[in-house]
Amino acid sequence: MTETIVIAEIAKGTIHTTTSELVTAALAMGGSPLVIVPCSDASIADAAASIQGASKVIAAKSDVFTHYDAAGWAAALDAVAPAGTILTAATPQSKDLAARLAARRSLSVVQDVVAIDGNQLTSPVYSGKAMQTVALSGPAVVSIRANVFDAAPSTGAAEVSVVDTTGNMATAVQEFMARASQRLDVAEANIIISGGRGMGSPDNFVHLEAIADTIGAAVGASRAAVDTWEAIPHSMQVGQTGKTVNPNLYIAVGISGAIQHLAGMRSSKYIVAINKDADAPIFQHADYGIVATWEEALPVLQSTLSGMMA
Amino acid sequence: MTNIVVLVKQVPDTNAKIVVSGDRVDLSAVKKVMSPYDEFAVETALRHREAAGGEVTAMTLGGAGADKVLKDAKAIGVDHIVRIDSEAELDSNALQTALASALSQLGAEVVYCGKSAADSGAGSTGPGVAERMGWASVSNVISVAFEGGLSVVAPSEGGNAKISVNMPAVISCDKGDVKVRKPNVKGIMQAKKAQVDVKSVDIPASSVAIVAHTMPPAKPAGKSYEGGAAAAEVAQLLRDEANVI
Ligand SMILES: Cc1cc2nc3c(=O)[nH]c(=O)nc-3n(C[C@H](O)[C@H](O)[C@H](O)COP(=O)(O)OP(=O)(O)OC[C@H]3O[C@@H](n4cnc5c(N)ncnc54)[C@H](O)[C@@H]3O)c2cc1C
Ligand SMILES: Nc1ncnc2c1ncn2[C@@H]1O[C@H](COP(=O)(O)O)[C@@H](O)[C@H]1O
Repeated sequence: MTETIVIAEIAKGTIHTTTSELVTAALAMGGSPLVIVPCSDASIADAAASIQGASKVIAAKSDVFTHYDAAGWAAALDAVAPAGTILTAATPQSKDLAARLAARRSLSVVQDVVAIDGNQLTSPVYSGKAMQTVALSGPAVVSIRANVFDAAPSTGAAEVSVVDTTGNMATAVQEFMARASQRLDVAEANIIISGGRGMGSPDNFVHLEAIADTIGAAVGASRAAVDTWEAIPHSMQVGQTGKTVNPNLYIAVGISGAIQHLAGMRSSKYIVAINKDADAPIFQHADYGIVATWEEALPVLQSTLSGMMA
Repeated sequence: MTNIVVLVKQVPDTNAKIVVSGDRVDLSAVKKVMSPYDEFAVETALRHREAAGGEVTAMTLGGAGADKVLKDAKAIGVDHIVRIDSEAELDSNALQTALASALSQLGAEVVYCGKSAADSGAGSTGPGVAERMGWASVSNVISVAFEGGLSVVAPSEGGNAKISVNMPAVISCDKGDVKVRKPNVKGIMQAKKAQVDVKSVDIPASSVAIVAHTMPPAKPAGKSYEGGAAAAEVAQLLRDEANVI
């Protein structure tokens, strides 16, 4: 049997918890995985040692990993990873890396996997309007959606070794442009509260921001909100022509639930909808639907959540 | 003078209802369009030509039905339209190998594509083709500048980054702040007359095979409430029942 390899997901210079979900997915594919941690400081790899189920941890150490460059990262990881099936997270950056790594090895890549049954992998297609199951007949590179597989417990004690590696960078960062607000981006957040045209005015987004700050959420928007109000940037847009998100919790406020909006958020683990129209299509997808105006519902939500977080 | 290629794919209209019959999606009744992000790729390719000179070729891999999206690209101003003829269900390795070999034949120096196709949702093609060509790539690009070498803006942790890119390169385009141009009458007339250059290239066998399409699992009916006061109960359930807060 060939090896299964997990590429650890790195966020803010540390190993992100989705890495433990990747190990669970790898175990479902039938092998105790080798975990490779791309890093410029090998000490961050120690955190992967405790992921139960990891057979071994390799800190792949290189200056290349300071800033993301698809070509450089793929080359540096390819040099360290043995032959086998490689799993990455399905974040935008890791999907890009997965595709690069697969191409480098003349393999195929299967993105956004949400279910594994032996060599059969299922992922959403047509913006989540259908599911596609494929069968692998050899090694491949596979990206795994977050919040689908349970995280492996942190009771392991795998051995960590450090391997120096390198690759040629094909791009160079000239400048970082930090977001004006410290709030999370929808693509990075585990909880998202989004507003639509039903918010009435961009000024009313402060009510969403207040809740977001209380529970550590990102603020998103529908396209109608982005197109109507200049103050709502496209970077907040969720949907077909915005971002695809997969948080634990998505709260849609004053959003009707058009098919293109659903395309970006329907795979969220829990969906809450607040809309004054009981017939709004968003309610068909909501785990908790509240038929009310936001003016009525948001103050109650805010005060209850503040009480809970206190 | 730059040899610019833009990759376009024909996909079901995003408003279309997708039905599964037997174990495959049935797209026979569905209207097909250019994948939405590819429109940004075409626009960016045209802007590249306007800034640096050169020619733009729009290329697709598909059956004869896909000529429609090439004509749409022609109508808004690309110079040449090329189709790699294949009706097969290809895995990413087969697709990218075919695209890369056609790009080499065309002598492409820079390639634009969509950040992900509306059917696959994958986002694999841009980076995969780049790796096969040994080129640079940046994905999810929201803005491109052509003066003094290629430089792009793409999301990066905590914000965006301005990145200079070695050419040749593949740039996969997200919706940015550019407005996509619409065809004019002259363009539509030219597109009608335009000839699609149909190519055939060697395509390797696929090692990932589609087993089945299914409808997404139906979500169990949620709980529904009337009136804003219910938000208190929902907040409590988010903690106690859903465990997400
Ligand atoms: C090619 C294409 C791509 C698209 N991409 C996207 C995309 O990426 N993302 C996206 O979101 N859309 C996208 N759309 C647009 C989509 O079709 C809808 O037009 C859009 O999602 C509607 O946004 P909305 O729900 O905010 O507005 P509306 O549909 O106008 O809904 C507003 C809702 O607010 C409710 N409401 C009003 N007042 C209140 C109140 N006081 N309290 C509570 N509720 C209230 C109303 O009952 C209504 O349901 C796309 C469309 C196309 C054709
Ligand atoms: N069959 C194809 N023909 C031409 N371009 C394609 C094809 N498939 C994918 N692409 C391009 O690659 C982008 C990303 O596709 P995907 O990797 O499937 O998400 C698309 O937006 C197109 O620009």
